[in-house]
Amino acid sequence: MTELVSSPKAKRPEFRNINALHDLPGYRLPIAGIVSILHRVSGALLFLLMPFIIWMFDTSISSEISFARFTAVFNVGVGFLPGWFVKLVALAIIWAFLHHFVAGLRYLVMDISHKLVTKEFGRSSAQVTLVISLTLTAALAAKLFGLY
Amino acid sequence: MAVNYGAHRVTTGAHYGIRDWLAQRVTAALMALFTLVVLFEVIFSKGPLGYDTWAHIFSGECMKFLTLAAILALLYHAWIGIRDIWMDYIKPVSVRLCLHVFSIVWLVGCAGWAIRVLWRV
Repeated sequence: MTELVSSPKAKRPEFRNINALHDLPGYRLPIAGIVSILHRVSGALLFLLMPFIIWMFDTSISSEISFARFTAVFNVGVGFLPGWFVKLVALAIIWAFLHHFVAGLRYLVMDISHKLVTKEFGRSSAQVTLVISLTLTAALAAKLFGLY
Repeated sequence: MAVNYGAHRVTTGAHYGIRDWLAQRVTAALMALFTLVVLFEVIFSKGPLGYDTWAHIFSGECMKFLTLAAILALLYHAWIGIRDIWMDYIKPVSVRLCLHVFSIVWLVGCAGWAIRVLWRV
C-alpha cells in the first residue's frame, strides 16, 4: 500500500471579520492596499488639521504684520510650542497633501479607463505613487528645516 | 430588498451613491487644477517669495473666483470622504449621527473662515 504523500504545506492564514489588534499586524497588505489606506489616513489628517491650514492661509495673506507673525511661528515657535514642532506639523500636512494628491490622480486615471485596472498596473502605479510622494516630501522637508 | 421606511428607515449614510462618487472626482479635479495654478504662480513669481508676491497671487478677480470654487469643492469633497470613513467604521447610528453633525459643523466653519480670509486680500 502506498500512501499519497502530499507535501506538508503551511496552512495559509484566513482573515475573516478582521480585528485591528489581532489580525492586522500579521496581515501582509499588498502595496496598492498600502497606498489605499494611506489615502484614507492622509485625507483624515488633512480634515483634522484643516484649522491649522486655514490659519496659515489667514496669517500669511492678511497683512504684512500677520505675515511676519506667520514666519516667526515657524522660526521661534508659538506659546509653549517650539518652532521645530510647528514645522513638524506642517511637514505632516505636506506629506498628507502630496500623498492624497498623487494617489488621487492615480484613482482618477484608473476611473478613466478599464484597461488600466489590472493587477500589474495597480502594483506598478502604487509603487510610482509612493516614490513620487515620498521623494517630494523629503525634498520639501529638507527645505523646511533649512538643509539647503 | 431591505425595508427602508417607517421604524426601519436608515437615517444615516449616503443614499445616492453614484452622484457623490462622481462629485468627489469632479471636485478632486478642480482642486488639482487650483493646486497647479498656485504652484505655477509661486514658481514663476519674480524675486523672493515675500508677503507682496504671495498676497498678489490671490488679489485678482480670476484667482478669487477659482479659490472660492476650490474652497467649496474641498467642503463637499471632504464631507463625502469623512462620511465614508464614519460609515465604514462606526456602526451605532447614534454615534454616527453625532460624528456626521460634528463633521458638517467643522467643515462649514472652516469653509466660512477660509472665504472670509480670501476677501481680506
